[in-house]
Amino acid sequence: MKNWRKHLGIILPLLAVAALALWPTLTDSISNRESAFTILKAIALASSLNILLGYTGYVSFGHIVFYGFGGYVGLYFLNEQGWSIWASLLVAGLSSGILAFLLGKAILRLRGAYFALATIGVNEAVKAFINNFDLFGGPIGMTLNFKVYKEYGGAAEALSMAFYIMAGLALAAIVLSYLVRVSKFGLGLLAIRENEDAAEVMGVVAPDAKTWAYVLSAIIPGMVGVLFFFKNGNVEPHGAFPLHASIELLVMVMLGGQGTVLGPILGAFAYQGMRGYLVTSDFFKDIQLSVSGAILLIIVLFIPAGAVGWLRHRFEPLRRILP
Amino acid sequence: MQQLSLLLTSLPDGILLGFVYGVAAMGLTLIWGVMDVINLSHGPIISLGMFGTFFLFIKMGINPYLGLIPIAVLGLLLGVAIYFIAVNRVIDAPHLSSLLATFSVNMIIIGIATAALTTSPYNVDFNMGSFDLGFTTILGTRLIAAVISILVTGGLYFFLYRTRPGKYIRAVTNNRAAAELMGVPSTQILALSFGLGTMLAAISGALIATFFPFSILSGAGYELKSFVIGVLGGLGNPVGALFGGLILGVLEGAIPAFMETSWVPVIEFGLFVVILLVRPNGLFGAKE
Repeated sequence: MKNWRKHLGIILPLLAVAALALWPTLTDSISNRESAFTILKAIALASSLNILLGYTGYVSFGHIVFYGFGGYVGLYFLNEQGWSIWASLLVAGLSSGILAFLLGKAILRLRGAYFALATIGVNEAVKAFINNFDLFGGPIGMTLNFKVYKEYGGAAEALSMAFYIMAGLALAAIVLSYLVRVSKFGLGLLAIRENEDAAEVMGVVAPDAKTWAYVLSAIIPGMVGVLFFFKNGNVEPHGAFPLHASIELLVMVMLGGQGTVLGPILGAFAYQGMRGYLVTSDFFKDIQLSVSGAILLIIVLFIPAGAVGWLRHRFEPLRRILP
Repeated sequence: MQQLSLLLTSLPDGILLGFVYGVAAMGLTLIWGVMDVINLSHGPIISLGMFGTFFLFIKMGINPYLGLIPIAVLGLLLGVAIYFIAVNRVIDAPHLSSLLATFSVNMIIIGIATAALTTSPYNVDFNMGSFDLGFTTILGTRLIAAVISILVTGGLYFFLYRTRPGKYIRAVTNNRAAAELMGVPSTQILALSFGLGTMLAAISGALIATFFPFSILSGAGYELKSFVIGVLGGLGNPVGALFGGLILGVLEGAIPAFMETSWVPVIEFGLFVVILLVRPNGLFGAKE
């Protein structure tokens, strides 16, 4: 790696995830593993969303639909058809990607708030559909057969494996986000974000670029979904498509800084950390939602570029190492 | 034949409910039309309207229909306050900012109200009798709610088209920069519009509370319905929202006669996405 300096920006995010993955192993604590799992999940989802939201400038309010849909499809093959977790992960990512491709062809024509509304509609429609879809268990959902865990050496082993796969997915999401950010394709997305019409004039094929950005941002959430339901042992429509979780992802991306590789990671850390603190503190636990809301409001009103965006703006040398 | 009788039983109820949904959607679409902001605090404000009825009627014994007046006034003031706290600064920012700003208001309201009222369901036991139409029975509360909804729509129409502030609102909707050049105080008008939007949400919540049980979280469902109705009637077209509500009410009344009730949201949201794609200006709006 002669020109490793060019890729300085990926090192910090990768170190953060590696540290997070090693932390529970080093401290040998199950509760630390659970916290790290939640943060890694948030990193994987927020970094994926950032490809569409931060780079392309399209606000997906129902991004959790890919998590739920991919998770459902994957768990169906895992549980009912006896596929391995690896094959299920693949099929989950693939099905979310295909869903995004088909949806993208249709709804990415809408701009601004119309797109945001349409994504909410899609999430609710898919949720309501799955609620009626008998193959996936309808309103009851599916419960994992515990025999599935045996293949991986029992429940404890399977859960620990799920943790490392989640770390792998978070890493994959970050690498993907970074590769898009530094590629020519990513440059096209940034151009669309700034001015879609001008970008088209400059030769960016906007409909295709947007669709692929949507697909790329959907694949990993699908895999995260199946992994989470695998670990959880069951899935049902309300838990699979929570609209508020979509919005939490937006908050994370916004907190850390949209359109940057490091931003969603910082945002995921900060948001989950803050939530963890508020939920457990005696003083705030009853009104933790209000406190989170007030903090979000202050950030939206006064630091709209997020933490990383603010740092990049204030300290010019940082722009090199904080892509 | 059985389907027809089922249809006759459920359709009138659906239509009456549709008018009330229409009022909720009118608030959302008014705000959208005037300032291009999707108000994600709409749902909790509907819930607050419901609790308004609960406290005025159960605790203070005020007739729920008389109670609409203080609820409307409080709704208006709350909306103006929300506008100046959360929306004014991001009014020209990208959509994400205003969406998240109003969503944070949503979180604040839900958080405080959950701490104070819990999320368990409440019920206003209020009866206005019912009358028999032969094939179906209509509840008095629903009929009165529908009539009030139509009156509110009429009032809004009158306000927008026959008064000076209404004229200002329409001017700002049309072109804010030009309206400012003509001397329209745009910030006040935006705040007033936001207040009117939340007022309508609170009124619809207060009406819904007279016939459905509710909790602080039930507003979210009506918020989603408001999106669907707003798109049906044309976003930014408040009077169209009443017709959008009517369509949704008819759908909700008619679908159960042909398939299971749980399919209603599938059709509603499917229709919502399709209409956004095909006729983003609503069924009654001009074609692009």
